[in-house]
Amino acid sequence: MPSIFAKQFKERSTKLSADLQHRFWIQKSLKGYEKNREEKRNRFQNWEAARQSAAETKWEAVNHLDQYLIEFTDKIGARGTKLFWASTAREAREYILNLAQEKNARTIIKSKTMTSEEIHLNEALAGAGYEVIESDLGEFIVQLRREVPYHLVFPAMHLTRGEISHLFHEKLGSAETDSPEELTMIVRRKMRAQYCKADIGISGANFAIAETGMISITENEGNARLTTALPKVHVALLGIEKVLPKLNDLALFLPMLATAGAGQQITAYNSFIGGPRQSDEVDGPEEFHIVLLDNRRTELLADPEQRDALHCIRCGACLNVCPIFRNVGGQSYGTTYQGPIGSVITPHLRGLQDWKHLSSASSLCGACTEVCPVKIDLHHHLLHNRRNAAALESGRWERRAFRVFAFLVNRQALFSGVTMICRFFQSFHRLISGTKADPLRAWTATREVPMIAPQSFREYWKSRQK
Amino acid sequence: MSQREEIIGRIREALRLVAQSPGHRDAPDKNRPIGASPRDWLPSVPSDSESQIEAFARCSADLKTRFIQVNSLAEASAQVNKIGRAEGWNLVASHRAPILEEALSNIGLPVLYIENTNADPERADVGITGCDALVAQTGSILLTARSAGGRALSVLPPHHLVIARESQVIADLPAAFELLREIYGDNFPSFMTLITGPSRTGDIERIVVLGAHGPKTLTVILVKNH
Amino acid sequence: MVRIFEKLGHNVAFDQALVCCGQPAFNSGCWREAREVATHVVQRLQTTDVVVVPSGSCGAMIRVFYSELFKNEPELEAAASVAKKTFELSEFLVDQLGVTSLGSRFPAKVTFHDGCHGFRELHVKQQPRQLLEQVKDLTLIEMEDQTSCCGFGGTFAVKFPMISTAMGEGKCASALGTEADFLVSNDSSCLMHLQGLLSRKKEKLKTIHLADVLASF
Repeated sequence: MPSIFAKQFKERSTKLSADLQHRFWIQKSLKGYEKNREEKRNRFQNWEAARQSAAETKWEAVNHLDQYLIEFTDKIGARGTKLFWASTAREAREYILNLAQEKNARTIIKSKTMTSEEIHLNEALAGAGYEVIESDLGEFIVQLRREVPYHLVFPAMHLTRGEISHLFHEKLGSAETDSPEELTMIVRRKMRAQYCKADIGISGANFAIAETGMISITENEGNARLTTALPKVHVALLGIEKVLPKLNDLALFLPMLATAGAGQQITAYNSFIGGPRQSDEVDGPEEFHIVLLDNRRTELLADPEQRDALHCIRCGACLNVCPIFRNVGGQSYGTTYQGPIGSVITPHLRGLQDWKHLSSASSLCGACTEVCPVKIDLHHHLLHNRRNAAALESGRWERRAFRVFAFLVNRQALFSGVTMICRFFQSFHRLISGTKADPLRAWTATREVPMIAPQSFREYWKSRQK
Repeated sequence: MSQREEIIGRIREALRLVAQSPGHRDAPDKNRPIGASPRDWLPSVPSDSESQIEAFARCSADLKTRFIQVNSLAEASAQVNKIGRAEGWNLVASHRAPILEEALSNIGLPVLYIENTNADPERADVGITGCDALVAQTGSILLTARSAGGRALSVLPPHHLVIARESQVIADLPAAFELLREIYGDNFPSFMTLITGPSRTGDIERIVVLGAHGPKTLTVILVKNH
Repeated sequence: MVRIFEKLGHNVAFDQALVCCGQPAFNSGCWREAREVATHVVQRLQTTDVVVVPSGSCGAMIRVFYSELFKNEPELEAAASVAKKTFELSEFLVDQLGVTSLGSRFPAKVTFHDGCHGFRELHVKQQPRQLLEQVKDLTLIEMEDQTSCCGFGGTFAVKFPMISTAMGEGKCASALGTEADFLVSNDSSCLMHLQGLLSRKKEKLKTIHLADVLASF
């Protein structure tokens, strides 16, 4: 019995893969990215060596996670940062809700954090009566449309400027325009007031540096800098796996994140925050809170075969190259983390039974593994998930089918017999091909079936021996 | 047991099983030789100051950072005035730093010093700051809350203008992080940042628009032989 | 393939008992059933010198995935020994035999599709091209997005037919863009899928296996 999530995915993905306009739009977008990424990659003296180094650094961090997390929290805590360790999404949400209540907050401004999507923070805050504003342009757009982000890094890449203009006109009362620059300025103007009036700024973090006790935030717009500079209280929400051992590791990770994720040499702003405003500083939040989130990451950690999935730096490169993503779009996945990495980790974070279908929705082409800057064995993990899912009770039908298959192919006389029967029936099949009566409809709806050769190779070989 | 102890406990339990080392599927030639450093595979940078400045200039052109080289603080001051007149500045926000003194005293406009109580750089047309370094490899500016007047000054006004010395030009990102340790030791400011070009977004049809939230214009004035 | 090797003067054997490498079961996660098939394969191939497969995906299954399939199993060593001597056709000709020219002639414009398993698991990229270069009167035109997946993916093609079709249509468009007469690949499953789409759309572009091109002498 496929889960409801599997059914939804099948529906949405079927619909969107057939949508030629969507296909054309997304491929055009991604072509531009590929060109830029190639160019920046070629500037590296040795991109493959850089990948290996990044992979080793993340391996070190994740495989000594307890040590580095303790170092990170001790150091950042020593500078006045308040730390909260959340085992579950609920604990993380509750901490932030309680904090908002304690501070009598009314407005909360956020910069881009997928982790907050993961714990459904916005709904909880809005439900409790707080005004929550996404400051990142792409996130702001999908928030207005009440949609989930289309892509980890480019939340609104599926929309045309016309759609965005219409959206702003409707929700913000601005004049329609087809200039991306004017559209951006509309949001810039609106946000100015929000930064200043917000009581709490919530950000994510791309990395947590253990050696010096700092978080590192990568962005292009400057909204994260403002979100973490102006409000009196700053909360950073991050998964426990974000740790990097040394400050100098950023010299490798910042350009790799930018190159793989956005085809840029490095993004416009990479900021390192180590505490609330210090006594000799002129501005900055008075309080700085870090919420460290587990939410079943420790379960993925406990699987040594797939542990490297925790090395992910959320660059989105795997999404960009995935032929499935390109055709079904990020919103079809129905879960926070999309694309290959999402398909790998979601069964661990949200249950194998409900989410195994994402691992099947792949041709295992391996483009994701090839592009991953930290060498996560992505497409092989999809195979591992399939193996783990097949062992579940729900996999028994497929196991039985393959037992028959194995029986058949190990006995070539039987196999040849089946081939002859198929050859006989194929002319009949032509009559019903593609219709509702056709058992091969999954194939024949869009493709012709090849005719079985009048003489199979084994028949030819046998005749040669005579 | 505290929540921290719970999570650390689960981590330790999970790590009892050993994971395969990274890149174990790859052919050995895809892996880097042991003992090599990131500098061996990051984009290469020339080692002499003049070439590094050229590299910074090239990056700036790509990024749309306005990069101006001058020979003295007096010239820098003149450039600042020129830009200010062209852009029609009414109010300048800045902070107290020796390298900025000359330019600010000759600017002929009201200057809002961030050190003053209740200083609000939001109303300013430009934020003028110093910095810790200029990174040739990427065309980046390294600055902190201590070297550049706090967190907001360099990001809130629509124009960010930096005055830097030639001796502040460094080669690459590894050098930037080494420098931070040299300057600050263990006592880091709460905020440090690498600024590379004006603020930008590609969120609308992947078309690059400058000035999304941070400054639309970024100017770097390099005082040579200083 | 037999014609190619006999032309080169080699002794070709074919074991009728071998039907499948077990990949369909493996890719579906039914590893125990896959092992049943793979064990049969491994046993039958123990005494052969060399195994050549006209398929990147079967080649990858044996050479790369058998070791994973048999991890911690008693047959691991036997499987590893078979893996070591198994090659995809083009890599065998070029890398093992040092042969690029077979005296073939195939007067046509062709474009080449790199099957994902051959390209990413076995790192076969140059070899088919080196072989095609030596084919008389053949013009090779590279398509855009050479290495993007055709969309077959085994059971994926019928489990998610619309996505599979969309990917295939993208690949067909790239191939048609070269205005070649033939679409060549070293993987039959890719060719079957792409031909299925091309035939449905009544396109003139025909698919053909690399071996058939090379054996045209």
